[in-house]
Amino acid sequence: MRVQQPAATGLDLERVDGRAKVLGLAPYAYEHPAENPTYLYPVQSTIARGRITAIDTAAAETMDGVVAVLTHLNAPRLADAADKELAVLQSDEVGFRGQFVAAVVADSPEAAREAAARVRVQYHQEPHHAALRADHEDLYKPEQINAGLETDTQAGDPDAALASAAVVVDRTYTTPAEHNNPMEPHTTVAQWEGDRLLVFDSTQAVHNARKTLAPLFDVEVEQIRVVAPHVGGGFGSKGLPHAHVVLTALAAKVTGGRPVKYALTRQQMFFLAGYRTPTIQRLQLGASPDGRISVLTHDVVEQTSAIKEFAEQTAGISRMMYSADHRRTTHRLASLDVPVPSWMRAPGECPGSFGLEVAMDELAEACGIDPIELRVRNEPAIDPETGKPFASRHLLACLREGARRFGWERRNAQPGTVLVDGWRTGIGVAASTYPARRQPANTARIRFTADGFYEVQIGAVDLGTGAWTALTQIAAEALECGPEQVRLQIGDTDLPVATVAGGSSGTASWGSAIIGAAQMFRKEHGGFPSAGDTSEGDGERNPAGKNYALHSFGAQFAEVQVHADTGEIRVSRMLGVYSAGRIINPRTARSQFLGGMTMGIGMALHEQSVMDERFGMIVNHDFADYHVPSNADIRQLEAFWLEEVDEHAGPLGARGIGEIGIVGAAAAVANAAYNATGIRVRDLPLTADKFLT
Amino acid sequence: MQISMSVNGNEVTRDIEPRVLLVHFIREELGLTGTHWGCDTSNCGTCVVLMDGQPVKSCTVLAAMADGHEIRTVEGLASNGALDPVQQGFMEEHGLQCGFCTPGMMLTARALLDKNPHPDDGEIRQAISGQICRCTGYATIVRSVQWAANHPVGSAATGDAADPSEAEEVTA
Repeated sequence: MRVQQPAATGLDLERVDGRAKVLGLAPYAYEHPAENPTYLYPVQSTIARGRITAIDTAAAETMDGVVAVLTHLNAPRLADAADKELAVLQSDEVGFRGQFVAAVVADSPEAAREAAARVRVQYHQEPHHAALRADHEDLYKPEQINAGLETDTQAGDPDAALASAAVVVDRTYTTPAEHNNPMEPHTTVAQWEGDRLLVFDSTQAVHNARKTLAPLFDVEVEQIRVVAPHVGGGFGSKGLPHAHVVLTALAAKVTGGRPVKYALTRQQMFFLAGYRTPTIQRLQLGASPDGRISVLTHDVVEQTSAIKEFAEQTAGISRMMYSADHRRTTHRLASLDVPVPSWMRAPGECPGSFGLEVAMDELAEACGIDPIELRVRNEPAIDPETGKPFASRHLLACLREGARRFGWERRNAQPGTVLVDGWRTGIGVAASTYPARRQPANTARIRFTADGFYEVQIGAVDLGTGAWTALTQIAAEALECGPEQVRLQIGDTDLPVATVAGGSSGTASWGSAIIGAAQMFRKEHGGFPSAGDTSEGDGERNPAGKNYALHSFGAQFAEVQVHADTGEIRVSRMLGVYSAGRIINPRTARSQFLGGMTMGIGMALHEQSVMDERFGMIVNHDFADYHVPSNADIRQLEAFWLEEVDEHAGPLGARGIGEIGIVGAAAAVANAAYNATGIRVRDLPLTADKFLT
Repeated sequence: MQISMSVNGNEVTRDIEPRVLLVHFIREELGLTGTHWGCDTSNCGTCVVLMDGQPVKSCTVLAAMADGHEIRTVEGLASNGALDPVQQGFMEEHGLQCGFCTPGMMLTARALLDKNPHPDDGEIRQAISGQICRCTGYATIVRSVQWAANHPVGSAATGDAADPSEAEEVTA
């Protein structure tokens, strides 16, 4: 395969979208001009399970400025109500607390909100279950887990191997529910013109969004246009359309053609916009005295919503990370009366790496060997699960480079021995990985304009990751022109089809289509095109996927201080080294890595959505009580990467960088906290109380 | 009720409902959508504007409370055909990714630099302590403010005018 030679890529190009954003002129979903708009405010269920027996909307309907009050009794019918997350206001059933049960549309946001508060709903309440427990009585095995993976895998005889292993680590680790919390709340503005729907949406995938909406409203995908030129973060929660998108489009059916605007409040986002499922992970590692792993099992219990299955691929990481002749992974779901889980940055690998990488630290200690050396001794020659060679596996290089830069040799192997000014101090390491998943269903179009620019069109989305910039560079390089000659257009279903900005797949997937279009353009129009010359190119399924295991790798290092008297914990230093194929733009890439690590510190120290099982209520559903890292929590962070081009990853040679920065980050912090204190915390987050013994 | 205030140097007078929040007044009534709305509980800081030069979270200020005061939003940062050094700094030092927290961060930075032209990193971090960024990890934001401190207004060309036609180009 021909790999593009770096030219415009690799440049530290300033953000293409930077200027609009510092001027306050970049329009997010809510900010697009809408003529004579209406505003939606919902009513949410106050029970976790049951039926609506009566709704009194009279007071709301008579208020000034109210356009409509929608309930399951009067809302337009959806053509397809099979997806119970999306089938809003279609029945009297309540499946979780916080679900939409009514909505007010009004001339002002204030009127909508006040009227919604006057809607009275009566319920027949049924018993519910909202807490995840390992011994939940109705655990079930899903047909498959996310990303189309097998639910369970087994090789050899794990139980026998455990019985005969010289050293065994058998521990259970838990990760709590966490909420993505992008800064821009999930927002939809919808308007029907006859049978055509226009949607300004805060989404990671415009084409996927309309594909989801079309059958619900019984229209062809071409009748729906979804627009999203700028998105204020997503981290997975805007990858799949959630109920509010449907609700807003449904409400727009009763406004006589007026647009309906709806931005979820931060509080509503905790119930309606997806979250990372909590996990309970039992890890068993059996090894020889010198740390060679013979058996690795990873058994996961996690939750889904009773109304819609979501099966996080938590143990997937244990299928490919380390060499072990005997292996088992399982996933069991507790179906609960809770909001619907969804994607959150590195679904699967992120929570799974906490269990696996802390267990590795425990095994290193049990064997009395250095944690990096333990990983060296268990580095597989081929992918243990598939038997395929790795297209590019530089985990050990990341670990060694990170160790050198971080000062790993100064680590005191004896935990709890370094006390500086009242702070117990230690360092820890964890490995990181994330699959490279180039998506084939992408098309790019390139048109030469009368004023001498190359218009590059693809329905990609920039969540803030830097797609505006990286795709401009990729196009310039492929066209062999300067980035200033490229006019990129993204974020609109009127543009050629594109896959989701998610799974660290965007740049490689869209970039391949752009390279294909550029090559076709030069073939068809040569180096001196005329105005209007146009070519298209498609992405392709990566043929290397048949023969190679494609993954990125990384090493996470953390220095942690735990106050000896109060248990207060600080991450004083963190450093990551990554192998992710070619880096398109060092400036935006570094920010992505550091952002992932930052969210990893949040996962390690703060983030936890607390379920009050009596009510099915996420009690800390705002930024006052759900803590994400503030600037005082983030001290010295550094990210480095290995210079490489992965020739098996596609014509771009890049694998993707959006998620690998968070994978393993919480484990590195927990391992450092153990090194600091001698206290092994196996339940995230690492709050102060866990260090007070 | 009728309220009047100066917004980015322009006098505006409007009849409003007393319950309207300043953030909604700015966004919905005045159409200045660079001020964002992120949490509704005064925790995230995406809605920060300057009221008489002081950063306030406009989601917890009633528009009526701004009657008679001077409001400055992100749209009022660039002046006389040039970006504010803070805006230039956020571009130079990559102080943004998704950009949603950026207007609030920049206005807080502007207020800080007006009072303290040469802040140290700790003072910058203190100033933005009420604001959340979910993308960057903050270090580039601190560096962006330092860049602005090192390039005060009038010290060097800091960029071209905010041209409304640019916005259309970007959103096309």
